[in-house]
Amino acid sequence: PPIVLFYVEFERKCRSHVSLLCCHASCFGDEDNAGQFFSSGHTNNWAVLVCTSRFWFNYRHVANTLSVYRSVKRLGIPDSHIVLMLADDMACNHRNPKPATVFSHKNMELNVYGDDVEVDYRGYEVTVENFLRVLTGRLPPSTPRSKRLLSDDRSNILIYLTGHGGNGFLKFQDSEEISNVELADAFEQMWQKRRYNELLFIIDTCQGASMYERFYSPNLMALASSQVGEDSLSHQPDLAIGVHLMDRYTFYLLEFLEDIHPASKTNMNDLFKVCPKSQCVSTPGHRTDLFLRDPGSVLITDFFGSVRKVEITMETINLTDPINPVNGELQIRKYSYVDQLPVSEIIHQKPKQKDWHPPDGFILGLWTLILLVFFKLYGMKHLKHIF
Amino acid sequence: FVFIMRCNFRIVLFLPPGLYKTPGRKMQIWLFYEELVIRPLHSGDIYASFQFRTVWETDFMRGNKVSHYRLFPKSLGQVISKFSVRELHISFTQGYWRTMQWGQPFQPSPPGAELWVWFQDSVTDVDGTWKELTNVLSGIFCASLNFIDSTNTVQPSASFKPLGIGNETDHRFLRYATLPREIVCTENLTPWKKLLPCGSKAGLAVLLKSEKLFHSSFHSQAVHIRPVCQDWQCKTTSWELRQTLNVVFDLHNSAQGKREWSLFKMFSRTLTEACPLASSSKIYIDITDNPQGEQFEVSPATPLLSQAVVLGDRRTFSVYDLTQQITFGTVRSLNLLIRWKSSEGDMLRPLLHAERYVAGYGLQTGEIHTLMYNNHPYRSFPVLLLDSVPWYLRLYIHTLTVTSKGKDNKPSYIHYQPSKDRLRPHLLEMLVQLPPNSVTEVTVQFERALLKWTEYTPDPNHGFYVGSSVISSLVPSIVAMDTNSTRERPLFSSFFPCKEESSYFVRVYTEPLLVNLPTPDFSMPYNVICLTCTVVAVGYGSLYNLLTRSFQIEEPSPGLAKRIANIIRKMRGVPPL
Repeated sequence: PPIVLFYVEFERKCRSHVSLLCCHASCFGDEDNAGQFFSSGHTNNWAVLVCTSRFWFNYRHVANTLSVYRSVKRLGIPDSHIVLMLADDMACNHRNPKPATVFSHKNMELNVYGDDVEVDYRGYEVTVENFLRVLTGRLPPSTPRSKRLLSDDRSNILIYLTGHGGNGFLKFQDSEEISNVELADAFEQMWQKRRYNELLFIIDTCQGASMYERFYSPNLMALASSQVGEDSLSHQPDLAIGVHLMDRYTFYLLEFLEDIHPASKTNMNDLFKVCPKSQCVSTPGHRTDLFLRDPGSVLITDFFGSVRKVEITMETINLTDPINPVNGELQIRKYSYVDQLPVSEIIHQKPKQKDWHPPDGFILGLWTLILLVFFKLYGMKHLKHIF
Repeated sequence: FVFIMRCNFRIVLFLPPGLYKTPGRKMQIWLFYEELVIRPLHSGDIYASFQFRTVWETDFMRGNKVSHYRLFPKSLGQVISKFSVRELHISFTQGYWRTMQWGQPFQPSPPGAELWVWFQDSVTDVDGTWKELTNVLSGIFCASLNFIDSTNTVQPSASFKPLGIGNETDHRFLRYATLPREIVCTENLTPWKKLLPCGSKAGLAVLLKSEKLFHSSFHSQAVHIRPVCQDWQCKTTSWELRQTLNVVFDLHNSAQGKREWSLFKMFSRTLTEACPLASSSKIYIDITDNPQGEQFEVSPATPLLSQAVVLGDRRTFSVYDLTQQITFGTVRSLNLLIRWKSSEGDMLRPLLHAERYVAGYGLQTGEIHTLMYNNHPYRSFPVLLLDSVPWYLRLYIHTLTVTSKGKDNKPSYIHYQPSKDRLRPHLLEMLVQLPPNSVTEVTVQFERALLKWTEYTPDPNHGFYVGSSVISSLVPSIVAMDTNSTRERPLFSSFFPCKEESSYFVRVYTEPLLVNLPTPDFSMPYNVICLTCTVVAVGYGSLYNLLTRSFQIEEPSPGLAKRIANIIRKMRGVPPL
């Protein structure tokens, strides 16, 4: 059938839309807001979200991590810039009465697992070694891009850890720990390799403040859900699912983040006030002495949202001619499908040719012994006949 | 045919699915088909099978730079050209297919993840390429496929012949691996849906909602890439990508015990349109057991009927063509309803099915039993059994026995590759002739190995998995199979190529095994360190102190009264008390 193709010039129509966009981008518009927009100095955002606990009764740690994942995605960081590590599978666990869901509020109000989730490290892959390799970038060459933290010196990184911890360590999967010294050294490696511009570290475990005590690299801000000697408590159980759904600190953090939208102006001082002792029972702590900017001037969206610097251009780009493929010399031979179970062929199959290896030491020694015995018995006069 | 949609004064181009010509190139052909087959099962459950097929005439071999991807996903195209892949089959399954209750599936798959790949002849280092390929696929499908390494990869010598076209089959280029422990959840479905041309926005993929799909007895999604014949002459090849999703919904979980199924009940969605890029978009409902409508009733009724020979049986299907606007009726949405009236009738017994279990007691030895059932009354047929057992179960092959009906049954072909600790698993392949109406039992004894402390998983008391056995067979068929591979056939009947009319190829997977290995007490190193340090501190420490400390006699400090008295005496110049 005749095919009619025609190109429509809709550039004219597009221009009006374009000018609207320009307007919107500069509707940060006012002088001081523009100043704030450019003062953070970062060009891209990354997030590393780690849940370190295994087993069904640690459902709340997976729900914690997924709620932060959900907020971070909603505020603009794409999946390619998020490294999500979940140590166990709760959604499709056989004990979950509602499969493919992870709830954060009781009565199953909010499904934080959703329909569009990409987990990069799961199950047994969540180990201390993999976590440190992701942070420092020392991964084997065949690691796919979705499993790498490809940040540069203008990236703002959000790191969120949750699980069971103690004074100075965080437990990974019930079998190993990471200490606060290792973590501080990993951040120092990141600083020396220029892998971050600013880093926000949030930890929700028991005695979480001990994990940021040892940091010594610049531009780090840290928040923890409890001080040394205190336990972080969980929020509420759901009687249908049978386990506690969230930890208190992350529950109130999620409520706080639900009010943030990509253009909001809330700063870090509001984040420090999340979950006071009356709600959390433990005392959340924070550390800002290593951070160069004043926390009051740091926007929440600097870490939880994503900066998209859009440059709009009116130029046209000429596409080069497509590469002509080497047009098949028509294959004369005819293809056919292979027989799936060729019984006679299989029965008469020749054994696989094994690679030839030079004879073993044992074989050589055995032959030497046989030759020696032969010549001893029958005398050396036979030697000249052989050689 | 150019479709113009006007909305908000914007003109959108719709290119016809099928032919597309760029200036200066030969005609490129892309085709996309989608179909859904619904088969009601005798136990009241319902089996739904989605198939999405993309055919693309191009040449990935011979180093051609392919840069224009239209319906074929770019991530897979780049994988094929970079790793010189001839065929790739990967499947993710949750649950176990119950052959005796549900019959044979259209595409069989073992529980967990399974990956088998045929590489091109041009690949020099197959093992290195295999390792890189598994890493890349683990990133594409968000699965832990990077755990596939030499300890669970085998190279079958007779099973898994290529499903696509090809003239040579050198088994050096085949690799097969399974991960029985792999979990399947929404994070695997999300990238799978993104490979479809219409995504999950239009067509049959709209029904793929994870909350319903994973609340089922069986869920399996797979990707199959292979070269196929372009036309009946078969002189040129094109690449075919098939994405299949099989799901069995349970009567009590999803339908609350009532034998009434509808698209809305199964998927919580109804259909409103076909994928605009699809050449054909159809729904088939299997009504073979319901010729006069006495068992169940399907609404809305459709005049279209189709017959196909699938799995050795001639089945009749009601067809709903989604590319016709009339299918959606006046409400512009299609919600198929299947209501049962009576529940009689037996199911056709499957001719071949298999079971496997571990026998024995204790944590030292055990026995693996594999049972293969041939339910045909008078025909026997050959069966190829592939067993891949991890190295930590040390098989004693001299105890291998194959018995049918009480008598020894010698296999006509055995290929055994012993394992190497921490390097290679056991591989056992046997060609066994199953006598008619019998059970064949294969037993082999094994011994459990003690692993090193760091090789245990974080939850070792769960047990260790042994992958399913694969049984490939040519089963005699009741009706003549269609050997003409290029005639227009529904997708579900054209998966396995058919060479002869009297039998069809079937692959059956057994259950995976879960064995407990002797597990040490992981707190022992800590206990030992504590005890040793305590003994050293108390025993040696006190001895050292006794030997090296010097003792001085010191007067205890006097009381207050004495101190005042001493001060007064000092003032007086008298020696203190």
